[in-house]
Order: sequence, then C-alpha cells, then structure tokens
Amino acid sequence: MNNQSINLDVGQCAATTYTVPVGPVHPALKEPIRFSFNLDGERIVGVDIKPGFAHRGIEHMGMKRNLVQALYLSERICGICSISHPLAFTQAVENAAGIEVPPRAQYIRTIIGELERVHSHLLWAGVGAHELGFDTLLHLTWNVREKSMDLLEELTGNRVDYAIPIYSGVRRDIPERKAHLAYEALEYYKGLLQDMIDAFLHDKSVEMRTRNVGVLTYEQAVELCAVGPTARASGVKKDVRQDMPYLAYADMNVKAITPEDYGTETIGDVYDMIIVRLLEVAQSIEIIEFCLENLPSGELMSIPKVPALLATLKKASGEGLGRHEAPRGEVIHYVRLEEGVEEPAAWKVKAPTYSNLMAWVPMFLGDEIADVPIIAASIDPCMCCMDRVHLADASGIASERTKEELVKLSREKTRRICG
Amino acid sequence: MSGTLLNAVWQGIVILVGGTLLGMIYKGLDRKLAAQMQGRIGPPIRQPFFDVIKLMVKENVVPDHAVGWLYNLMPLLSLASVATLLFYLPLGGFQPLLGGFGDLILILYLLAVPSIAMVLGGFAAGSPLATVGAQREMVMMMAYEFPLAITFLSLGWTLSTFMPGAHVFSLSVLAANPLWGMVGPLGVIGLILLFAALMIVTPAELAKIPFDIPEAETEIAGGILAEYSGRNMAMFYLADAIKMVVMGSLTVALFFPYGLSGLVGLSGAWGSVIDVAFYLVKVFVVIFFAVIVVRVAFARIKIGQAARLFWLPITGISLLGMLLLTLDRFV
Repeated sequence: MNNQSINLDVGQCAATTYTVPVGPVHPALKEPIRFSFNLDGERIVGVDIKPGFAHRGIEHMGMKRNLVQALYLSERICGICSISHPLAFTQAVENAAGIEVPPRAQYIRTIIGELERVHSHLLWAGVGAHELGFDTLLHLTWNVREKSMDLLEELTGNRVDYAIPIYSGVRRDIPERKAHLAYEALEYYKGLLQDMIDAFLHDKSVEMRTRNVGVLTYEQAVELCAVGPTARASGVKKDVRQDMPYLAYADMNVKAITPEDYGTETIGDVYDMIIVRLLEVAQSIEIIEFCLENLPSGELMSIPKVPALLATLKKASGEGLGRHEAPRGEVIHYVRLEEGVEEPAAWKVKAPTYSNLMAWVPMFLGDEIADVPIIAASIDPCMCCMDRVHLADASGIASERTKEELVKLSREKTRRICG
Repeated sequence: MSGTLLNAVWQGIVILVGGTLLGMIYKGLDRKLAAQMQGRIGPPIRQPFFDVIKLMVKENVVPDHAVGWLYNLMPLLSLASVATLLFYLPLGGFQPLLGGFGDLILILYLLAVPSIAMVLGGFAAGSPLATVGAQREMVMMMAYEFPLAITFLSLGWTLSTFMPGAHVFSLSVLAANPLWGMVGPLGVIGLILLFAALMIVTPAELAKIPFDIPEAETEIAGGILAEYSGRNMAMFYLADAIKMVVMGSLTVALFFPYGLSGLVGLSGAWGSVIDVAFYLVKVFVVIFFAVIVVRVAFARIKIGQAARLFWLPITGISLLGMLLLTLDRFV
C-alpha cells in the first residue's frame, strides 16, 4: 500500500460520522422530544430536532367549552407556567370583549406571576445542576425553592394551578394578614441570593461545564427570534414587561436583564443564562415587594358574578391578543369571540419554547455530546406548552411535512377560518 | 500439604465473602452520607443488598444487536478480576493470601481488567450510548493509568534504595516498611504529592463523580451499563463495590500500613481484632475523602477536561513527587 492510499483511507475515516439518538425518552430530557445528533467522535456536527410528542389538543378542547371552562384548561397547558398561560389568556379575552380589570386585581396577578418566575427559575437552576452531574446543588436549590411554593400555597391555596385570574379580575385577594408571609419569604430570598450566586457562578466545576458551551450569539438570537432569558443571555434587551408594559408593570420601570448587569461580557453561553436567571429572581423579588407596598385598594373583579360574566362574554365579539413575559419568555394567546356563542371561536397559543426551539441548533453545533443535557436544558424547554400540533396519517402513524407543504396548509387554514 | 491447601481455600472464601460484604456496606454508607450532605434522607445502609437481590431475580436482557457471548462474559470477567485483587492485598493487617505469587505490578494490571471488561461489554452491547461510554472509558484509562503507575514505581524504587535485594514491589514488604519514617523532609513532601495523585486517581478508577464520565447518567443514560440488566448488572454492581474496598486497601497498604496493636500493647487475637477494626476505619476514611466528599462537591467534568487534568496537572504532581523522592535519596 503506498502513501497516497493510506492518506485516502485516513481521510475517509475522519469523514465518517455516526448518529446518536437522544429522546423522546432519555434521562437528559424532562419532557419528550427527539434529537438526532450527528457525531464526529464526541463533537456534534449536525442535529435534527423532532417535537410533537406531548400534543394533547388543548386548543381544540377549549373551543368546545365555554370561556370559563376554557380558562381552567389554559391553566393546565403546563404545570410550571400555570399562571403564565391564564394571564395571557385572560388578557386576550378581556381585549376581545373590552372588559376592564380593576387595579388591585392587576397587582395581584403581577405578584403571582412574579412568584411563579421565582420558583420556575429556581427549578431550572436545580435541573441545570442535575444535568451537570451536580446533584448536591440540585437538592440545595430545590430546598430553597420550597419557600416560594409554600408562599404560593399560602396565598392561593395551591402549589401549582393557582386558579387566580378570571376575566375581569382575580378570584382571591391577598389580605393584609397574609402580607407578612410574603415579606418574610422575600427577606429569605434576599438573604440567600448572594449564596446562590456563589454556589453557581463562583463554582469552578460549574464554570468548566458552562462557559463557552451552547453559545448563541446576539445576531443568531435576533435572527432566530429567541425570547426570554435565552435571548437576554445573548444580550438582546427583549422583555415584554419592558417593551409593552401590561398589568402592574407599567407602574414600575422593569428593565430587561442581560449579563452586562452582572458586570461580565456577554457571550451568550449557558453560564450567561445562569447569570440572567439568577438576576431575574432578584428582579422578581423587587417587583413583588413594589406590588405589595403599592397594592391599590378596591374591588377584585369588575364583573363579580360568574353568570353575568358569561352573559357579557357571550354578547362580545372580536379578536384579542394577550401577551405575558413567562419565566421562559414571551407567551402569546390569540382569541376570537363570536356573538351568541359561549365558546371561543378560535384560540391559538404560542409558548416561549416554540420561539426558542430553533435557537437550539446553533447552540448544539460544535459542542460535545457531554454538553447535550445542559444545552437542552439551558433554554428551559417546556414541551407540553409548545407542542401544538402532531401530524399523523389515517392509521395513526406519525408523518412529516416539508416547509412548503406546511406553508400551503396554514394558508388554507387561515382562509378557512377567515371565511 | 493438603492441610495448607484446605486452609488457603478457607481463607480465600473468608476474604471473598468478607470483601464483598465490606464493599456493600461501604457502598451503603457512601449513599447514606452523600444523601445527608445533600440535604436528603437517603436510603438505608443495607440498600445495596436489596439492590443486588433485586437485580439477581430480574430478567437478564441481551439486546438483539449485542455480541451475546462477549456481552455476557464481561461482567463475570470484571467481577473475577476485582475478586482476585483481594487475594493480593494485605487486608486488616494480615499478609496477602497470594502475596508470594504477585506484586504491585500485577495489581496495576489487574486493576485495568475490570475497566477493559466494561469497555468490551459496552462495545458488545451494540448500542450507540454504550459505544460512546466505552470510548470514554478507554480515554479515562489512558488518562489515569500513567500517574498511577508513576506512584507505584516511585514507591518501589525508593524502598529499593533502602533495602537492596528485597522484593520491593511486594505489597507485604511495602506495607511492612512504611517510607514516611525513612525518607528526609524532601521525601516526605514527595510522598504527600504521590498520595495526593493516588487520591485523585481513586474516584477516576471507581468511575465516581466528577469522573463518572463513561456512565454519565444524564448524558448517555448510563453509557457502558445502559444495556445491562439483571444478573449481569448485579455482577458489575458487586465488582464496583469490591473495587472500592480494593482502592481503599491499596492506599492504606501503600501509605498508612500502621497498626494499633503495638501501640496499645495487645497481641494475639485481641491485637488482630484491634488491627482489623483500625484497618476498616482507615479504608473508610480514604473512601470518605476520595469518593464521598468529592462526589458531593463537584459537577461531572467532560472527557476532554478529565484527560487534560490527568495528563498535565496530575501526572505533573506524581512526577514531581518522584523527582523529590529521587533528590531526597541522592542529594
């Protein structure tokens, strides 16, 4: 064998890649999704993402029920964002029906929404630590998270699915006698924040695993329309609370948090995502404190009686859009109401993970198989929020559509809906 | 003659059963203490026994793509090689059973066999996750074997300068002549460095966090062990438990072979009891600091980072230890 042919063989060897599937069921994933990684050794050279395993047809079910029943459904789109979806949904319906929300109700909604951000970000931090093989940090973080869950239970009666917002207001007040519990929890978190930052950001092994891993540049984040902490970690100052203030956010000056606020250069890696989320916990605590101190007095609902509410909604017609900065990013609910029917004529949910899905591709490419769990977790994916469609043929077997076919199908559907 | 043989067989059985039980108890303690440090309650200390019993009655699944005989042979090979190691180690202050038939060099090779068995088993499983795990295990072996070998060699060589003509690689000779008292101050620093290198190699040898890279549960779903179940899995589990005792005993024999019986002035049966108890405590202390504390305090690192860590800093530490011992002897 001469030299040339040896070189040729080596060249062919180096060019071979192999495929490692991750998911739909895999310890790195908390919810079902399928990745197909093309590997060159340990390095990822290609990735194919296949969602659609957690589709439950919630929008369809909602369109078969009256609006109050649909509100309950919206709460059950996701267990972690169980206030974000109702917040966006109620705003959409209120916009469509032209219902006013009293100021006190707006503040209470904000408080519960921000408490959800605290517990969701801490949950994420724990999951992230677990993906790094750092179970000690997972257990400590989740132990700290309990305080916010306890407070939510104290204020709303539930640890998840708080059942707080209803069209025209909120269902429960935060009475004066419970406010001290909230202040107590806020003080607890203020005292712990520096410890959390030390545990995550000053830990050598966490830094080794997250610095320059899963990088999403500013340009990529803008181009792929990433939202929430995923975009902000790349330096995109994008936050619904800042850009289009709603609820009580208009009364305060909420600023989108980027790694610059921590005083470090923005890289857009997983480390930056930890920075952004930890600082957002601090920001949420400030917001809750502001809301508690400035809680306006007044009624909780502008239409307190449910039959009257249903009658108003039945008479209403029009379109409404509700948006909320969920812990994972912007969630949008679109609703169309028709006069004379109790059900929403159309209901469309766009969850933050849907926008962040494509950001995964540049984040994965060039990194190692060992980075897959933490990169997958870094956008804080929520499949049950995001999965709004599942394609199957007549025999029930999953099928695929190309981009062109999908565009054609969606245009047809839009025409059908718009009549 | 047949009496000695029978005696040796009995001793062998006692060592095997004792070593296995000990490994399981240390594993239970490991899980309990790690849980306590993480703010959890943790399983009962006898949990590893439940685990093994459960695994033994579970179905032994062989994947369709697996090379059956290789896949089934490797857990056995792994367990057999670690069990053999027990016979070459001075346990509880007693002479190694097969001390006359092998030395530290043999131990170095025997320590590599379970890892090689896991690599082959991983490749034989025919699953992509197990393949990735097997590749990682190979890299890990290449990474930590060098500092381990340097540590063994340095100790043997240093002893040979004190006792020319003695069988310096024999563990009983090494354990009978601890170097701490013989070498000068430079040599003591050298020994500390070698000890540090061995303590860092221990979690890698045992595939514990931060070096559990070949198994990495969240990344490759158990890697090498991803496809193993039932009896095969139980054998790997037992091998892992015994290896913990082996690594602990090895460290104790090389660096802390001291007994208490002389100090408290006891001899005979009671002296042996005290020595065995002290040995158990020493092994536990080594496992506690080399495995339990480390796996609670760190995140899993990546294979490239682990390889760099062992090839540069850890090899550097062990080479420096070797250099200091050499200087101590000749300057």
